[in-house]
Amino acid sequence: MSLWIWILISCAIAFGTKFVGYLLPERWLENQWVLPLSQGVTVGLLASLVAVTTFVDGQELRLDARVVALLAAAVALRFKAPYLAVVVIGAVAAALARLAGL
Amino acid sequence: MKRPLNVARAPHRRLTPAQKRGLSVGLATGLYGISFGALAVVAGLSVWQAWALSLLMFTGGSQFAFIGVVGGGGALGAAAAAASLVGVRNAVYGVTANAMLRPQGWRKILAAHVTIDESIAVASASEDPAEERRGFWAAGLAVFVLWNLFTLVGAMGGNALGDPKAWGLDGAAVAAFLGLLWPRLKARDPIVVAVVAALVTVLVAPFVPPGIPIILAAVLSVLITVAQRRRNAP
Repeated sequence: MSLWIWILISCAIAFGTKFVGYLLPERWLENQWVLPLSQGVTVGLLASLVAVTTFVDGQELRLDARVVALLAAAVALRFKAPYLAVVVIGAVAAALARLAGL
Repeated sequence: MKRPLNVARAPHRRLTPAQKRGLSVGLATGLYGISFGALAVVAGLSVWQAWALSLLMFTGGSQFAFIGVVGGGGALGAAAAAASLVGVRNAVYGVTANAMLRPQGWRKILAAHVTIDESIAVASASEDPAEERRGFWAAGLAVFVLWNLFTLVGAMGGNALGDPKAWGLDGAAVAAFLGLLWPRLKARDPIVVAVVAALVTVLVAPFVPPGIPIILAAVLSVLITVAQRRRNAP
């Protein structure tokens, strides 16, 4: 039973965390800094997500099949492949690299 | 099969690029729900408890953190703390999404619930506000539906499907995020932000709990952007 309680508490905290940003008054959002900063943060977050999904496993750094996926996706993007193709190429590259023993 | 011509009802609408990106991300991420569901049950949760996390917490990193602590025999309070810490970045996302979408009324609640890595990433990869909005909702709702569906599949016996890594799904996640980042790297300033953020993430990841590197990267991105804007100001 207490597992259920902690699950619900954690879920409530998770939602509250997401919701807090939506409570800021519009006036703050009109500030001239909001747009450039949110763009800068987005680039940083995306780059960080790329780094995490490529090199990190829990708290360990690891070079494995995911690096091959990263390179394959970068090549696909360089040649202007459509987004879905890039995602599929990433998956296929990782699966093949893993089959090859990486 | 060919679509019959002259369908009188709803006009045939093509998906916009942002919606297509959203659905692709939704599929790639949603399939990961299988591994979450399977691992949650292995960690000692019931099928319903695993599903409750996907339905109500709905932020993958935090969910994995929660079951990781529970499965490792940790205290339930520690599981809640770990999950909450990993979720702190969603507060940053909430601000970003609110600025982009300006949802009103009950939509605020729905938008907040689907404020996750994927919806924010797809939304902010779009150029105009209408596409941002479409991308956000497409990705957020697609991930929500598929993540929950596949959590159930995984919890109810997904171990038979095996490791999603064998299917290259972790590679799909890498490619999905890189594909969203790529179009933003057209000028020197964002490239500097991206390189620093990625480097810091990798450098600190071994020393702090999961979820924290991304917050540090976000903070640094703010500082760098402020410096760049000050420098570029006339």
